[in-house]
Amino acid sequence: MPRRRLYKAQKPLAAVADLSEQSRPTGCDAQKPSGVKECASLSRRSLLNAALFLPAAPLLGCSSSRESNHSEGQEPPPVFAFFTPEERAFVEAATERLIPDEEDGLGARGAGVAVFIDRQLAGSYGRAEHWYMQGPWATGVPEQGYQLKLTPAALYQTATRNVNAWCQKNHGKDFAALPGAVQDDVLHGLESGDIELTDVPAKVFFTMLWNNTVEGFLADPMYGGNRNFAGWKLIGFPGPRYNYSSEIEQYGKPYTLPTVGILGRNGTLLRKG
Amino acid sequence: MANPLKPVDVVLVGFGWTGSILAEQLTQTGLQVLALERGKFRDTVPDFATTQIQDELRYAARDGLFQDTARDTLTFRNSVDQTALPMRHLGSFLPGVGVGGAGVHWNGQLWRFLPEDFVIRSHTEQRYGKGFIPADMTIQDWGITYAELEPHYDTFDYLCGISGAAGNIQGQIQPGGNPFEGPRRRGYPLPPLKRSYPTVLFDKAAKEIGFKPFPCPAANASAAYKNTLDVQMGPCTYCGYCEWFGCGNYSKASPQTTILPVLLERKNFSLRTQCDVTRINLDSTSKRATGVTYVDQQGRQFEQPASLVICCTFAQHNALLLLLSRIGQPYDPKTNTGVVGRNYAYQITSGVDVFLDEIMNPFMGAGALGQAIDEFNGDNFDHGPEGFIGGGYIALWTTGGRPILQHQLPADAPKWGAGWKKAMAENYLKSASIATHGSVMSYRDSYLDLDPTYRDVYGDPLLRLTFDFHPNEIKMSGFLTDKAALIAQAMKPRSFHAIPRIGHYSIVPYQTTHNTGGCAMGADPRTSVVNKYLQSWDVHNVFVMGSSVFPQNAGYNPTGTVAALAYWAADAIKNHYLRSPGPLVHM
Ligand SMILES: Cc1cc2nc3c(=O)[nH]c(=O)nc-3n(C[C@H](O)[C@H](O)[C@H](O)COP(=O)(O)OP(=O)(O)OC[C@H]3O[C@@H](n4cnc5c(N)ncnc54)[C@H](O)[C@@H]3O)c2cc1C
Ligand code: SF4
Repeated sequence: MPRRRLYKAQKPLAAVADLSEQSRPTGCDAQKPSGVKECASLSRRSLLNAALFLPAAPLLGCSSSRESNHSEGQEPPPVFAFFTPEERAFVEAATERLIPDEEDGLGARGAGVAVFIDRQLAGSYGRAEHWYMQGPWATGVPEQGYQLKLTPAALYQTATRNVNAWCQKNHGKDFAALPGAVQDDVLHGLESGDIELTDVPAKVFFTMLWNNTVEGFLADPMYGGNRNFAGWKLIGFPGPRYNYSSEIEQYGKPYTLPTVGILGRNGTLLRKG
Repeated sequence: MANPLKPVDVVLVGFGWTGSILAEQLTQTGLQVLALERGKFRDTVPDFATTQIQDELRYAARDGLFQDTARDTLTFRNSVDQTALPMRHLGSFLPGVGVGGAGVHWNGQLWRFLPEDFVIRSHTEQRYGKGFIPADMTIQDWGITYAELEPHYDTFDYLCGISGAAGNIQGQIQPGGNPFEGPRRRGYPLPPLKRSYPTVLFDKAAKEIGFKPFPCPAANASAAYKNTLDVQMGPCTYCGYCEWFGCGNYSKASPQTTILPVLLERKNFSLRTQCDVTRINLDSTSKRATGVTYVDQQGRQFEQPASLVICCTFAQHNALLLLLSRIGQPYDPKTNTGVVGRNYAYQITSGVDVFLDEIMNPFMGAGALGQAIDEFNGDNFDHGPEGFIGGGYIALWTTGGRPILQHQLPADAPKWGAGWKKAMAENYLKSASIATHGSVMSYRDSYLDLDPTYRDVYGDPLLRLTFDFHPNEIKMSGFLTDKAALIAQAMKPRSFHAIPRIGHYSIVPYQTTHNTGGCAMGADPRTSVVNKYLQSWDVHNVFVMGSSVFPQNAGYNPTGTVAALAYWAADAIKNHYLRSPGPLVHM
């Protein structure tokens, strides 16, 4: 039955993800290829990832779990599993405008939203593993939902190229190199569809980017975002707690126990595997 | 060629709520009962343990417990002149997969339909005249009455340990309950859940206006409960990870927490999981089913002979199975003939978001913890001046404050950026939302059939859904939304805004998993697929369960009625069908 948000199409462009398979490299055989070109680039990527990502994921997990006395400022730099440097620069810059850090540090950058999105795209969500990806392909009407042949991973790749090409043409620089105010204008243009991208509908990409940004900000920190519970602390969510029997009738009183995640009170631990 | 297997007496296709009820009922008679379920086995431990289930990303945002659209989905269009396209990932509704079905991840909002709901056409014609029903509206009486179903509603209440306050016991109106409900033989087994702050404010506001609010009936146990099968349930802890998740606490009624501990011990019951039933097989006369064909996890095809086949696959899947198996005449909207796929309906919902001055702690809640009014449901009010048919309840639910998908912001809050962040910080803890939950009538152009183009993993056609909201529903929903806004205002909030349901039905945003119809029940084989005992008119040893048999949808969540109908049908099978197998209703 109803969630409380009834209308805003907050349900992300997403389906079932077996997250235990996150660390599998992206490959053509794992998905319905969305075109030969796409497939070729993904294969190259999977080779890269096989080298880069497989050792990287456990490393990330270890460094923060075994040395849990890391102070918040001294975390190891994130290792990216999926993004090329260009994609990473774009997603970091865009998510930083969508949820700015400001003085409190509680924004997308501090929360590791780009790390979260990177890990999601490297996994079964990125491959649309549980989406129906059979043709024929048609545009349809918005009420019929997502109808692109592109997996989320492929959509990010294509859209990043397209957005940077648009920024180069109109502003002479990649998105990440533009001043914040101009970046905001570009994001508004994508959101409204006023900016037309060469290969993909800008609005569809913006919706996915925004949904993934909110997820990265507010999902359990074990997925790489919401680091140190940045998002949860901002809004006052205490984390998944099991029992409010004695608090639920204390009307108007703040809940005071410290924030926890599924892996406990350390908000930097990553899910293994 | 399919591998033939040892025959059984009864094969149940799908093992969610209705499959579990039928299995428990029919194994009592000593019959050999086999359930075939397309998903995996799962149970409270380890699958719903709180150490892993409270994961909003995995289970809510990524649909961790629901049907895998890569294997099976449907195509959708708003009207016959469009080309239906596949629902590529889930959105508007979330069918379950795996043992327990959607009964694992439902909310537990447990309602009975009103007595008038079962006789909606004759009642409407009588009260408002024949001309009141639009020509393209194909509503019909159910062929069964509330009084016939009442004992079976009661059975389910006591199986689940429902927490609530009765409003009408044997005709006596009870203070604090829903005065509009049909008479019930006795009160609920458990008292209402503890009240959350927003529900208290709703209650006060609704009373000030003159409405009669009451605690919503909940399949979340307010106290420890031993059910009618001697299965022990624990008190709900208001953890707020209820709908879309499994309960780790044995508090939300599900097949796992109410039936399976007893059923799985019965020697004459067997369960095979990861078995996808693709056909009901018929003999050469096409009047009798011989069993079913299914594909197992390794892709092997088997033929399972059975004397009785019962479809328990959830709403639209039942229609699909009948269409693929060529049982009953497929519905054709052009000629208005045929029955299978006819009268698909849904639920129309809207909301009013409310922003208050005090802390509401939205994360404390339960799937069915709510306060409601029922003044505008069914025919509880005079429809004459309003010019529409149907209605719904208005409720403030506090089901949880899971941050990704359950936060609300004032209408003027920026959609992203620094302003969004500030609005989130200021409003998350101080918000609530009132929901309206409206009926949807059936129409000549709202139906299910086989898609001509798209196929599932086995190469079978996908189901095609043609559906849109009609002016009657939009008008009714707007009426409910206005009433909800009145209550919101009386809660004296900082701000509130209505979110009416307007425009075309969209498959994208989640609304409800209250899909109905396609295998309507009724008294006339020309307009129904099954008779009042949920038995196929065409093939007497096939029965169809679930909300697929609703001829149109009422203003309540379906499962109370789905379960009552399952017990009612089980009763007919045990007491009549088994004695002399054949049609239970003769035309
Ligand atoms: C998020 C959510 C919240 C809900 N909240 C409420 C609520 O608060 N109140 C309410 O009244 N209702 C609610 N519902 C609806 C409720 O869950 C259903 O009405 C109920 O589960 C229906 O029972 P069923 O037996 O018809 O289907 P299910 O319980 O879903 O069982 C059907 C089973 O059949 C299996 N199956 C399907 N096809 C095949 C096949 N071909 N071969 C083998 N197996 C197959 C499925 O995998 C599934 O396990 C909710 C549903 C959802 C998804
Ligand atoms: S809210 Fe209650 S019934 Fe629901 S999952 Fe939590 S403990 Fe179980």
